[in-house]
Amino acid sequence: MNVRVLRLGLGMIAPFLALLISFGIISLILIAAGDPVGAVWDQILQWPERRNLSNIIDKTTIFYLSGIAVAIGFRMNLFNIGVEGQFLVAALVAAVVGGEAWVSGYLNTALAIIAGMVAGALYAGIAGVLRAYRGVSEVISTIMLNSVAVGLTAFLLRQFKGPQPEGSFIVTTKQLPESSWIPNISIGEGAATEIYGFIYIAVFVGLAYWFLINKTRFGFDLRATGQSMTAAVASGINTKRMIVTAMLLSGGFAGLVGLPYIFGEYHSYGSTFPAGLGFTGIAVALIGRNHPIGVALGAFLFAFLDEQTNALQIVAGVSPEIVKIMQGVILLTVVIAYEVVRRFGVRIEQQMVSRELERARAESTPPPADEKEAAR
Amino acid sequence: MTSTEAPAAPEAPPGDVAVRLRGIGKRFPGVIANDDVNIDVRRGTIHAIVGENGAGKSTLMKILYGVQPPDSGTIEINGTELKLSSPSDAIKAGVGMVFQHFMLADNLTVLENVVLGAEGMHGIGAAARDRIKELSDTYGLDIKPDRLVEELGVGARQRVEILKVLYRGARIVILDEPTAVLVPQEVDELFDNLRELKNEGLSVIFISHKLDEVLSVADEITVIRRGTTVKTVLPKDVTSRQLAELMVGSELPSPSTEASTVTTTVLLSVKDLALPSVDGRPLLEDISFDIHRGEVLGIAGVEGNGQAELVESIMGMRPEATGTVALADIDISTISTQQRRESGIGYIPEDRHRHGLLLDAPLWENRVLGHQTREPQAKYGLIFRGPARKDTQRIIEQYDVRTPGPNVLARALSGGNQQKFIVGREMSGDPILLIAAHPTRGVDVGAQGAIWQHIKNARREGLGVLLISADLDELIGLSDRIEVILRGRLVGTFDPTKVTPEQLGSAMTGAGDEA
Amino acid sequence: MSVPDTGIAPIAAPPPVRRRIPVWWWAVALVAVLALLSLLEVLTDANDLTSSGTIRATLIATTPILLAALGGLWSERAGVVNIGLEGMMILGTFGAAWWAYEYGAWVGVVGAIIFGCLGGLLHAIATVIFGVDHIVSGVAINIIALGATQYLAAITFTGLKGGGPTQSPPLPDLPALTIEPLADALGDVEDNDIFLVSEIAALLRALVNDLSVMVVIALLLVFVTWFLLWRTAFGLRLRSCGESPVAAETLGVNVLRYKFVAVLISGGLAGLGGCFLAMVASSSYRDGQTGNRGYIGLAAMIFGNWRPGGALAGSGLFGYTETLGLRQGGSSVHALLLAIAAIALAFAMWQLRKANRVALIVGGAVIVVGLPLTYVLGDALKEGFDGEGWVLLGLLVVATVVLVLLRRHEYFAAVLLVLVGLAFALLYFSIDEVPGDFTRMTPYLVTLLVLAFAAQRLRMPAADGQIYRKGTAG
Repeated sequence: MNVRVLRLGLGMIAPFLALLISFGIISLILIAAGDPVGAVWDQILQWPERRNLSNIIDKTTIFYLSGIAVAIGFRMNLFNIGVEGQFLVAALVAAVVGGEAWVSGYLNTALAIIAGMVAGALYAGIAGVLRAYRGVSEVISTIMLNSVAVGLTAFLLRQFKGPQPEGSFIVTTKQLPESSWIPNISIGEGAATEIYGFIYIAVFVGLAYWFLINKTRFGFDLRATGQSMTAAVASGINTKRMIVTAMLLSGGFAGLVGLPYIFGEYHSYGSTFPAGLGFTGIAVALIGRNHPIGVALGAFLFAFLDEQTNALQIVAGVSPEIVKIMQGVILLTVVIAYEVVRRFGVRIEQQMVSRELERARAESTPPPADEKEAAR
Repeated sequence: MTSTEAPAAPEAPPGDVAVRLRGIGKRFPGVIANDDVNIDVRRGTIHAIVGENGAGKSTLMKILYGVQPPDSGTIEINGTELKLSSPSDAIKAGVGMVFQHFMLADNLTVLENVVLGAEGMHGIGAAARDRIKELSDTYGLDIKPDRLVEELGVGARQRVEILKVLYRGARIVILDEPTAVLVPQEVDELFDNLRELKNEGLSVIFISHKLDEVLSVADEITVIRRGTTVKTVLPKDVTSRQLAELMVGSELPSPSTEASTVTTTVLLSVKDLALPSVDGRPLLEDISFDIHRGEVLGIAGVEGNGQAELVESIMGMRPEATGTVALADIDISTISTQQRRESGIGYIPEDRHRHGLLLDAPLWENRVLGHQTREPQAKYGLIFRGPARKDTQRIIEQYDVRTPGPNVLARALSGGNQQKFIVGREMSGDPILLIAAHPTRGVDVGAQGAIWQHIKNARREGLGVLLISADLDELIGLSDRIEVILRGRLVGTFDPTKVTPEQLGSAMTGAGDEA
Repeated sequence: MSVPDTGIAPIAAPPPVRRRIPVWWWAVALVAVLALLSLLEVLTDANDLTSSGTIRATLIATTPILLAALGGLWSERAGVVNIGLEGMMILGTFGAAWWAYEYGAWVGVVGAIIFGCLGGLLHAIATVIFGVDHIVSGVAINIIALGATQYLAAITFTGLKGGGPTQSPPLPDLPALTIEPLADALGDVEDNDIFLVSEIAALLRALVNDLSVMVVIALLLVFVTWFLLWRTAFGLRLRSCGESPVAAETLGVNVLRYKFVAVLISGGLAGLGGCFLAMVASSSYRDGQTGNRGYIGLAAMIFGNWRPGGALAGSGLFGYTETLGLRQGGSSVHALLLAIAAIALAFAMWQLRKANRVALIVGGAVIVVGLPLTYVLGDALKEGFDGEGWVLLGLLVVATVVLVLLRRHEYFAAVLLVLVGLAFALLYFSIDEVPGDFTRMTPYLVTLLVLAFAAQRLRMPAADGQIYRKGTAG
């Protein structure tokens, strides 16, 4: 059998197997908690209505951006837990720059997006520099930076707050001029069935990520450093610089995560801006094995579960928090399955190689028949 | 076989046998490590087990020490059949093992390392300390229990390992390739220690592939080839040539030099190279040498005396290094590792798993590694899979890498094939200097011969070669000149046609006259 | 928490000579810190740095971080990185609330431990048995734990009096210790405002007045952890699994079992930390109660160099800065800026002292000239950002250029410290109070700052974070 086919096949089987197992585990949890198992699965696994579908697609877009941002780090064995903080800072900066509207129309959009990406990159860069030059684990530093980002954005929001509508308790930045909005795309009748136009940018990000990682020398260096820091150094890769660059890139992509909201829905950054998207990105990247299509599937799965469980309280009387357990269990079983399958794959490959060796040996030399007799 | 065949050793009477292995078999995925192994070790003797790298010696000893269970066969110790499912079973049965790669925790003290797992005997405090001192004095091991292991040199670490075994009251001591890291003088000391153990009535199992050592110390010798026991002989009945034939079915390859190809053109010129350390003594100091076209310069030294740092400094992996390194009259001391590689250095690293390969990447990606900037596999900052695969196939064929193809993960290859692949990769891109650090460490005889041949070919084609090795025979056989490194300094130059391993050993340890 | 080496082997650097820090040293250090703080109170507007209220609050803030740190210590000493501490703490808050409400306060403590252990169990199964990357598993556990807790809390507490889906009903109290006469007497001494004496009195008063029994237990656990890990055979074996699992296995130690046990204990300690948050620091379970303390605990343990005493010191630092931020944050944290500046400058001088005399004099001169300059500049900045802003920008550029030029130089660290010190001094002089948003960040920023300066001097267990499989020895 061809090695590439084998690897691909094993890679596909693992997540599905894991998904089945985690569905079983969730069912057991539901039974233990005394919740109606059947009703829950009925609600979750039904075909979503058009309105839900557009929500699912929107969330997929956002989770995907977050997942790709995390995946870049993972490809280099860097755990950017800080997408959460980076996207908050970036969204604020993008909203402020966009709201100021120094230039007009889509030029303003582009400027705001770039400003957001730069802000996200620089914020992630702090962790990169600390890791490369001060030996601080990026896991700890990015988590700390997440907490700092919460305070920082709150502070900055008050510095840059725009005119507020009467009687509103929500503080926001200046509204984006309408000419700089990214128009939504309709997928059916009515206002609730539109999806963010930002989805095009998400698709482009996926393609760019794929090209960068798989086709360029930079991507090769990134993956090599991720697989073996020591081998990378010996091959001439400047690993410290790679750490900083990878964090900058990851942060830059993280900067995009909140922007669909800014350009497609709220048109400003406010104190009620959604949070937690960065953590979902970690899960999505892990489930998708950092592959551009895998991450998309993972993002869709999480968005689907999120949306379909919203109505659980009403339909089945079950707390919708079950979705978080579900996502966590899926994540854990999937990573375990990948690990188990990886080991299995390596074993099979070793067997294939040794068969090859045996064959070669059999062809070249006749088997030494007299050895055994000589021994005793 | 031939008429010069050595007679088999007589069967031992049952009461006399400390260890009896019968029909031991062990399979790993796709590999038969051991098959029908039969060995008798007599009490109070030194029993050598010889075989080439990959013949299955280490696996067999791990089975005897309970690290891995055998798939078939029986183990008898002192006449009772035992099932050893973990090292603690083996320790209980009086078996102790000194591993080839020391099993010591650097950040723990000698005391902690010794009592670990045997805390029940004398606790972990003063009583244990006394016992260690007592054993150290009895066997002349000179060990201080409260030092951190990381502060110890290679020889002292080995003595700690032996002490660990003695502390547990082992009566059967296994030593896996104990001489690999020692210089000849240290080997003699070790052998004296072993003879002392033997006189105390202990049985020693001594694993090696160095035949002269085996012949000088062993009472009986068992030869293993391709995972199975070929024959057990007495040292007085065999020559090392006959042993070699038993081991590999033919004569061992020898790293003999061909006619000199040394020219007068200086290729690599290192001047006043130094490498400061964070605190204390510099890692390298005052290093100057030239390598000419067509010359192999060997560096001899006890491990940890600066060889690795020397190579890394030349490769540009040590930014804090000072001094000048010039390659073909161009100063390369300030450029990056990658630029140094591009200007014509091929590098076979010391530890192929850590520095040479991406184990979980396919071979073609490993082909690109270190050559990310060079055609045919890379251009305009892009990597091209097709040409990379094709060139990988070329290496596989030219360098006889045994693999189904370029898409196989590097991890799936055997050590020898991995190393042949690395040599092939580093020779592509037309280097003018080849740095080879321990190029044949841990590879089988076939690959060893092939790699030696490649180094000789490189020399003949006019490359300069910097060869670092712990194997003195390899150094003497391949080099045109040998420099000895000791505590980060070059302390002597030797002509390999005249020097003996013992003379090198003296220089490496700083004993005797410095040349 | 491990950082894999950057590929350049730091092999032959001779290890620094290790001296055991005598126990009395800790007491001296504590008094020194108190003296520094009371000096700071004299020099600045802050007056809440060492009150017994602050110290009491510090103990409350420190304890959960400390318990998490000890949890991290157990796990990482056995070689398993436990980023899942946060999740295990969250489970602990719920376990404590549920069982305390149902069965009483002490059963709640047990419940917290058991729920924390459950989180540890998951982590142990994933990392020790299946060999999943430790951080990946930890992240997954944090997600599961958060979801599970919210789900279970919604089931358990909804409809109870004072409870709801995100909050438990009020919980029964755990006992607290007060030695009244002593507390009163110390209170009098504290009120007298004598330099250093008042501070020591305040510290002692906080220890004898309304001291939660859980604080005592946590402090005892520091000692117990040290004793078990460094003075028993069990501890030696456990640590050997974090230093060299292969060596341990060849000596008959069941590595996987010790790792498993260590992770379970780790989870239990984190759960206990959660219990403290729910039952002592507040009086009910609330959603989001842990507030990243699991992670901060991990950082405290790293800062403490993987030692129990160090973990205590690190937790104390983070607990103290958290407390300052929450109490009279504006002035207290403001005063802290000056302290940081002083410490950085002192460290710089210390490093230069080791180098040579000329460097020392130059460094001293820079500081002597620089400090008044920061005062003048800072004062001017208070008025607004006019010309001074450009001066500031110019200085920033100069500083950057200096740093880039000297990046390979042996005095780089000292120069960096001088610049950092002056920057903090400038910050101190240019504002009167630190805005509230920033005071709440203090513990996180301090974590970053401390790790940035300390991380390279620390020594983690050699095999920390590595995946171990049985039978790989030899």
